[in-house]
Amino acid sequence: MKPVGVVQGGVSVLDRDDVDTDQIMPKQFLKRVERSGFGEFLFHDWAKEPGWRLERNPILVTGRNFGCGSSREHAPWGLQDYGFEAIVAPSFADIFHSNCTKIGLLPVVLPADEVRALMEAREARVDLERRTVEHGGRAVAFEIDDQTRHRLLNGLDDIGITLGQADSIEAYERDRERVGPVTTAL
Amino acid sequence: MTKTLLDKIWDAHEVAPGLLYIDLHLVHEVTSPQAFDALRLAGRTVRRPDRTLATADHNVPTDAPAAAAQIADHLSRKQVEALERNCREFAVPIYSVGSQRQGIVHVIGPELGVTQPGMTIVCGDSHTATHGALGALAFGIGTSEVEHVLATQTLQQSKPRAMLIRYEGELGFGVTAKDLILGTIGQMGVEGGVGHVIEYAGPVIEALSMEGRMTVCNMTIEGGGRAGMVAPDDTTFEWLEGRPAAPDPTPEEWRGLRTDPGASFDREMVVDAAALSPQVTWGTTPGMVASVTATVPDPRTEGEERALVYMDLEAGTPIQEIALDRVFIGSCTNARVGDLRAAAAIVEGRRVAESLEAMVVPGSQQVKAEAEAEGLDEVFRRAGFDWRSAGCSMCLGMNPDVLAPGERCASTSNRNFEGRQGRGGRSHLVSPQMAAAAAIEGRFVDVREWSL
Repeated sequence: MKPVGVVQGGVSVLDRDDVDTDQIMPKQFLKRVERSGFGEFLFHDWAKEPGWRLERNPILVTGRNFGCGSSREHAPWGLQDYGFEAIVAPSFADIFHSNCTKIGLLPVVLPADEVRALMEAREARVDLERRTVEHGGRAVAFEIDDQTRHRLLNGLDDIGITLGQADSIEAYERDRERVGPVTTAL
Repeated sequence: MTKTLLDKIWDAHEVAPGLLYIDLHLVHEVTSPQAFDALRLAGRTVRRPDRTLATADHNVPTDAPAAAAQIADHLSRKQVEALERNCREFAVPIYSVGSQRQGIVHVIGPELGVTQPGMTIVCGDSHTATHGALGALAFGIGTSEVEHVLATQTLQQSKPRAMLIRYEGELGFGVTAKDLILGTIGQMGVEGGVGHVIEYAGPVIEALSMEGRMTVCNMTIEGGGRAGMVAPDDTTFEWLEGRPAAPDPTPEEWRGLRTDPGASFDREMVVDAAALSPQVTWGTTPGMVASVTATVPDPRTEGEERALVYMDLEAGTPIQEIALDRVFIGSCTNARVGDLRAAAAIVEGRRVAESLEAMVVPGSQQVKAEAEAEGLDEVFRRAGFDWRSAGCSMCLGMNPDVLAPGERCASTSNRNFEGRQGRGGRSHLVSPQMAAAAAIEGRFVDVREWSL
């Protein structure tokens, strides 16, 4: 994962609530076994609607509960491949939020009125180190948990970190692992 | 200190602060190929194949292919074959196309007894919440996390907040678990549960069958909740008895898996179950739902206006005047044998309306076999239903079962998102009973009066 520090540049607006991952990346593209190249399929069906416009910018500003529904990571893959590096919304669905942080796509939660103000801006600067979104000469603070921020700032590989705790996992399996179903014995 | 059910399971699985041990990892063909590729690239292995189980479901055509090679769609075939290859290479047990144990991942886990009380269970699929019905902590993850679990058998997780939904009163005649959860989502909204694990409780939940509890937990994600759970009880233990992976006798510690009296939740909500009627969604989120006796409501938001345009519905139209083109009985929400029995009881001796096509897709090969042994397939066939083989089918349209643009469908599945069941398709979510009655009449009917 590439480190994320400052995301600066143009703002794209998708002013809809409850945008589900079926819209972000429709099912027919989930048959691909690759991880790259999903950008061209982003919002595939909505993009056919008259008047649809979603510029390729570093920052996407959108409505509440963004990314609800299916757990498909293909949705954040597509958003990132399209060019977005940060997404600002009043709220995100849990799995989508988590998926974004795993690939270095920065999810930023701001109050609804601040999101609304940002939608009017043409450019903005998201600073993860300072936890601020800056536009039009003002800086708005956002919250993100320390661990996620640390991982994103340093572009850390989660699996590498966890494997560094292999001793603890082995100890858990030795001492505390419950008796449970053995799938290989079925 | 008093603890919630979530606390108990969480505490028993914390390897280190923020690192959760995973007892069971379920895998399917759509969200795993990139994870296996990444493992291969990094020279990593699957840490616990004996705690991992794979099946093919999303892409599987429901015309009963005997092997992956018989899947006509090139990309679907490639994806199922990739899963089979990956499972061979990493020694992960798999029930693929052609296996008598193949089926929708959230149907086969409980059915095989690999889903058990007190476990942590994950899968690259948001409907993993289903397994919480047996008193497990079960939630969906993305592909990066699938890779993480394959490599480490753990997940980096911060503990979600705990929410209690307590139901008061009893469900009325003709009102089902599906109506209970649809009505709940209608009240709490589609992001009402975000950040929370929801424990469902109250006499109504205790009286529900295991299948009903699975329907409720399954749709937790539709209300934004990370996981749903029900404290295990005798209903759970009896249901598990004799299943291939279930322990015998029932472990005594399972009886302790319940929220202690006085334990506190971050949030509590009370729902009057007795006030619920059969539910029908009219829009493009599961929260856009109304009683079958109601009319399509006036839109209050831009999203609702958009939904009515997409659904081609006018505010004020009685729900029971909405005519249908298709009926789909299936999915991880409502394709267990109890769901099929309930639908069969409605259609027995009747005929599907001339104006529509109706299909039943059992959730697994075992559900199919059990239903056929009871003669349910004949009941459906005689009524004019298409009786199919197991898979996700028309729930998500990744296989040949899709709606054509503009087609309107009564569906027992879980999502009525735009295009979910096929581009331009219009989905109304209902219970199996309501779907069955709608198939006979060609429009929605109030199953409470209709079945008299």
